[in-house]
Amino acid sequence: MSLTKYETVIGLEVHVELHTKSKIFCGCSTSFGAAPNSHTCPICLGHPGVLPVLNRQAVEYAMKAAMALNCEIAEWSKFDRKNYFYPDSPKAYQISQYDQPIGQNGWIDIEVDGKTKRIGITRLHLEEDAGKLTHVEGGYASLVDFNRVGTPLVEIVSEPDIRSPEEAKAYLEKLKAIMQYCDVSDVRMEQGSLRCDANISLRPYGQKEFGTKAELKNMNSFRGVQRGLEYEQMRQADVLESGGKVVQETRRWDENQGKTFSMRSKEEAHDYRYFPDPDLVRVHIGEEWKTRVRATIPELPDARQARYVEEYGLSSYDAGVLTASMKLADFFEDSLKYTSDAKASANWIMGELLAYLNANNLEFEDVKITGQGLGEMIQLIEKGTISTKIAKTVFKSMLETGKLPQQIVEEQGLVQISDEGAILSVVDAVIAANPQSVEDFRGGKEKAIGFLVGQIMRETKGKANPGLVNKLLMERLKG
Amino acid sequence: MKEEPVLSLFDLRLSDVHDRLARKELSVSELTETSLKRIAETDGKIGAFLTLDEEGARQTAKALDEQLAAGGERGLLFGLPAGIKDNMVTEGLRTTCASRFLDNHIPIYDATAVRKLRSAQAVTVGKLNMDEFAMGGSNENSAYQPVRNPWDLSRVPGGSSGGSAAAVAAGQAYFTLGSDTGGSIRQPAAYCGVVGLKPTYGLVSRFGLVAFASSLDQIGPVTKNVEDAAFVLQAIAGHDPMDSTSADVDIPDYTAALSGDVRGLRIGVPKEYLGQGVDPRVKERVLEALGQFESLGAAWEEVSLPHTEYAVAAYYLLASSEASSNLARFDGVRYGVRAENPDNLMDLYRRSRSEGFGPEVKRRIMLGTYALSSGYYDAYYLKAQKVRTLIKRDFDQAFEKYDLIVGPTAPTPAFKLGEQVGDPLQMYMNDILTIPVSLAGVPAISVPCGFADGLPVGLQIIGKPFDETTVLRAAHAYESATDHHTRRPALS
Repeated sequence: MSLTKYETVIGLEVHVELHTKSKIFCGCSTSFGAAPNSHTCPICLGHPGVLPVLNRQAVEYAMKAAMALNCEIAEWSKFDRKNYFYPDSPKAYQISQYDQPIGQNGWIDIEVDGKTKRIGITRLHLEEDAGKLTHVEGGYASLVDFNRVGTPLVEIVSEPDIRSPEEAKAYLEKLKAIMQYCDVSDVRMEQGSLRCDANISLRPYGQKEFGTKAELKNMNSFRGVQRGLEYEQMRQADVLESGGKVVQETRRWDENQGKTFSMRSKEEAHDYRYFPDPDLVRVHIGEEWKTRVRATIPELPDARQARYVEEYGLSSYDAGVLTASMKLADFFEDSLKYTSDAKASANWIMGELLAYLNANNLEFEDVKITGQGLGEMIQLIEKGTISTKIAKTVFKSMLETGKLPQQIVEEQGLVQISDEGAILSVVDAVIAANPQSVEDFRGGKEKAIGFLVGQIMRETKGKANPGLVNKLLMERLKG
Repeated sequence: MKEEPVLSLFDLRLSDVHDRLARKELSVSELTETSLKRIAETDGKIGAFLTLDEEGARQTAKALDEQLAAGGERGLLFGLPAGIKDNMVTEGLRTTCASRFLDNHIPIYDATAVRKLRSAQAVTVGKLNMDEFAMGGSNENSAYQPVRNPWDLSRVPGGSSGGSAAAVAAGQAYFTLGSDTGGSIRQPAAYCGVVGLKPTYGLVSRFGLVAFASSLDQIGPVTKNVEDAAFVLQAIAGHDPMDSTSADVDIPDYTAALSGDVRGLRIGVPKEYLGQGVDPRVKERVLEALGQFESLGAAWEEVSLPHTEYAVAAYYLLASSEASSNLARFDGVRYGVRAENPDNLMDLYRRSRSEGFGPEVKRRIMLGTYALSSGYYDAYYLKAQKVRTLIKRDFDQAFEKYDLIVGPTAPTPAFKLGEQVGDPLQMYMNDILTIPVSLAGVPAISVPCGFADGLPVGLQIIGKPFDETTVLRAAHAYESATDHHTRRPALS
C-alpha cells in the first residue's frame, strides 16, 4: 500500500461563529433560523454611506478563545479589508484581520491512541461572516440571505503539525470542547457555527520539505473532515506513486460520492488586496482588559480531565470522555452533589447514557436527565430502595422525562420489595410450583437455583430485593 | 417699516433672518420660496441642483412657520434654505453621487450630518451636483451636467463640491454642505468666491457620506460668510457613535470665538505654496491678505513644508486605493443600476460597472486596484502612507511655531470648461495646495481674498487639529476688514 511510503501533513483552518447577541459591526441580531433577510439593516447590507462600529463583546470572545488556545494576545490589533466580488458579500470586501490578529502562537494537546500530542496554533483572528446563497433549481437564479452577514467569526489556523485524519478529528473535537467551555460559540457544525477547511500534502518519510498541498473545502461534519482527508491522502499517494505531481489547488469534498473534486487552481487564486480598513480604528488590548477576560475562562478540558483522575480515581480514558463535553462534565459534577460514589455516576454516564445517545443518534443536550436525578438514583440503589435492574428502567425514564427518580419509582410502583414475609410467600409458592427444579438443585445442580430466582423475580415483577430472594430461597431449599 | 421689495438670500445675515422671523416680518415659507424661485430662475444656467425637493421643503417650511407662531425654542439654523451635496444620503430623497450608477437610488436612512441639519431646523431644498463620487476638481465629471461658475458661465466652479459652491454664490441656497477629500470644499469655494470650511478629520460624522476615500473624507459648510460657516459647523460637528473615526472631543462655541481680534497671532506662510505654478495674480492677492493680517496685529513669516511636492502623488495612491475598495459595493446586485439580462454573475458585474461608472471613476478604481495588488502594495500604498506621515510631521513641526498656516487655496482662478478635461495630471495639480492639508487631517478654510480679472481668488487658512476656533477667528477678522465677500456675481 502506497501510504506506507508517505507521511501525511495536515493543517486546519477552522471558522467558529461567536454567539454574541448582535452582529460584529451593527446592531442586528445574530440568532439562527429567522426569516431570510429579516435580521438586516443598511449597515450589514452595505448600503452607500454606512460605516462599521466594532462590537466589543466580539473582541472579548475572540480574546477569550485565543487565551484558551494558549495564544499570545496582541497589544495592538487592527482590521483589514479582504476584497473580493461575490453576492454573499454586500460590501464586496470582508472585514478581517491580516497582519495583527487578536492571537498568535498558541497550541492545544490532543490524544490519539493513548498518546498526547501538541498541535501548534498559528493564529486566531476576528472577522465577519458572509451571507448565504441558495441556488434555485434549474440554475436561473440565486437567492441571497443576509441574516448571517456580519456574524462575528474567529478563524483559527493550525500549524501543519497534524499527521493523520484521526489526529485531525481529535484536534477538531478538542477545539470544539475548548470553544464550548469558553462559552463563546454554539460550535454546531450542522448549523454552520463551526466550519473547517484543510490543507493536506504528502511527503516521503524523512523528507523535510513539505509536498505540494491541496486545500480541501465543503466538509460539513467531523466525520466528513476525516473521510475527506482519508480520501485525499489516498488520491495524492496514488498520484505520487504513478509518477505524477500533486497540483496545488482547491478541492471540494463531495459527501455523497465520497470523493474530492478540483474547484480552482493556484493560478485562479484571488488577490485579496488586503489593506487596513480606514473606517475602523486600531484596537488596544491593555493588561487590565486581558486580566479581566482571562478571569472569565473556566477550568478547561485538560485540567478537568486530570482533576477527575486525581480527585475521583477515574481512568484517564473515562475522565477524557466525561470532560470532552462541558455539559456532560457539568452533569457529572452535579450528580456528585447527591451521591459520593463518583465511580458509580461515571459508570452510569459512560454506559447507559452514552449507549442511549448513540442508539438514538442524540446529543447530550437532547435528553432531559439532571445531575440531581442521577445522584439520587444512585442513593436509592445504595439504600436498597431499588435494584440495579430497576434503576435501568428509572434511568431511561429520567432521560425521557427529566423527572426525579423518587417520583418515577412511586408513579410506576417500582419500589423494591424488602419485606421478608412477602418475599417468603412468593418463594414458597415458586418452590411448590417447581418440584423438578428443587429436586435438581438438591441433587447437586447448582444452576437450577437461577431458574427459581428468575421465577421469583417474575412473580414480583422484578421488584423483589435480589439479595433477600437469594438468602430466603437458600434457607428454604437447605432447611 | 419699508421692506426691500425683493428678498435676496445674498443680502441676509443669519441674525437678521432670525430677528425678522421673530418679529413676524418674514416667514420660513417666504424664505423657502425665495430659494426655490432663485433656483428656478438661475439653475438652467448654473446646473447646481440634481434633485429638488420642493414639496418636502414647503412642508418643512410650513411646519416651522407653525412652530414659529406657537412660540418656543428655535433650532440653530431655523428656517434657512439649505442644499446638500448629493453624496450625503437623505432618507426618501434620491441620492446619486452624480453617478449613473445611483440614478435610481432612494436611500432608506439619513446621514448624521443631514439629521443634524434637520435637528437645527434648516430647510433642505435639494441635492447638489458634484463630480461623480466626489472624484474631480471641476465638476465636469458629473454624469448629469457640468456646473457652471456663476462669475463666468464659461468657467468651471471647481470640484468636487461645485454645486455646493455655485449654489451659494448664485444665492440659490442660504448655505450648503459639501465634502472635502483633497480640496473638494475649499477649491470650489475659492473659484466661486464663497467661504468653504474643511473641518479636522473626525470632527463631523461621516456616517451616511458615500465614501470616496474614508481616511480623508470630511463634511463641511459652504457659506457666504465666515459667521455662517461657524453656525453651520456648530450644528453638524460632534461625536457620532455610528462613526468609529469620529472624534470624541468637546465642541466649543464657534460663533463666540469670532472676536475680530487677531493681535499676536503667528502665521507661517509655506514657501512651497507661493512658488512655481502659482498664478502671479493669485500670489499678489495672498500677499495683500497677509498685509491685511499684519495691519490687524498678526505677524507672518515664511516657513517650509518640505514634503509638499510629494503630496499629490501620495494622495492619488491612497485615495484611489481606498476608493477602489469603497466603490466595490456598487455591483448591480442590491441597489443602483443593474445590467439587463446578464449571461452570468461576471457579466452582471462587468456590465453594471462598465455602464454605471464614468471615465474618471474607472480611472481611479483601476489605479487603486493596481496600487493594492500583491507585489505592488509596498511600493505604492505603503510608500504613500509613509509620505503621508512625513507630510503630517511637516505640519506638526510648523504648528510648534505658528498658530496658523496661510496660503492660496488654489494655484489659479477658475479655468474654462473643457480646458483640462484631456489632461488628468494637470487637473490633479489644481489640488496641490489643498491635498497636503487633507493628508495631515487638519482644518482649513477658504475665504474670498479678491479677484483676478473678475474671477474670485481664495485664501486658505490652515489650523491645528481641532482648532477650528482660531481658523474661524482669523478668517472672520480678515473678512470683516475687507469687502470681497460682499461682491456678488451679476448672473442675471
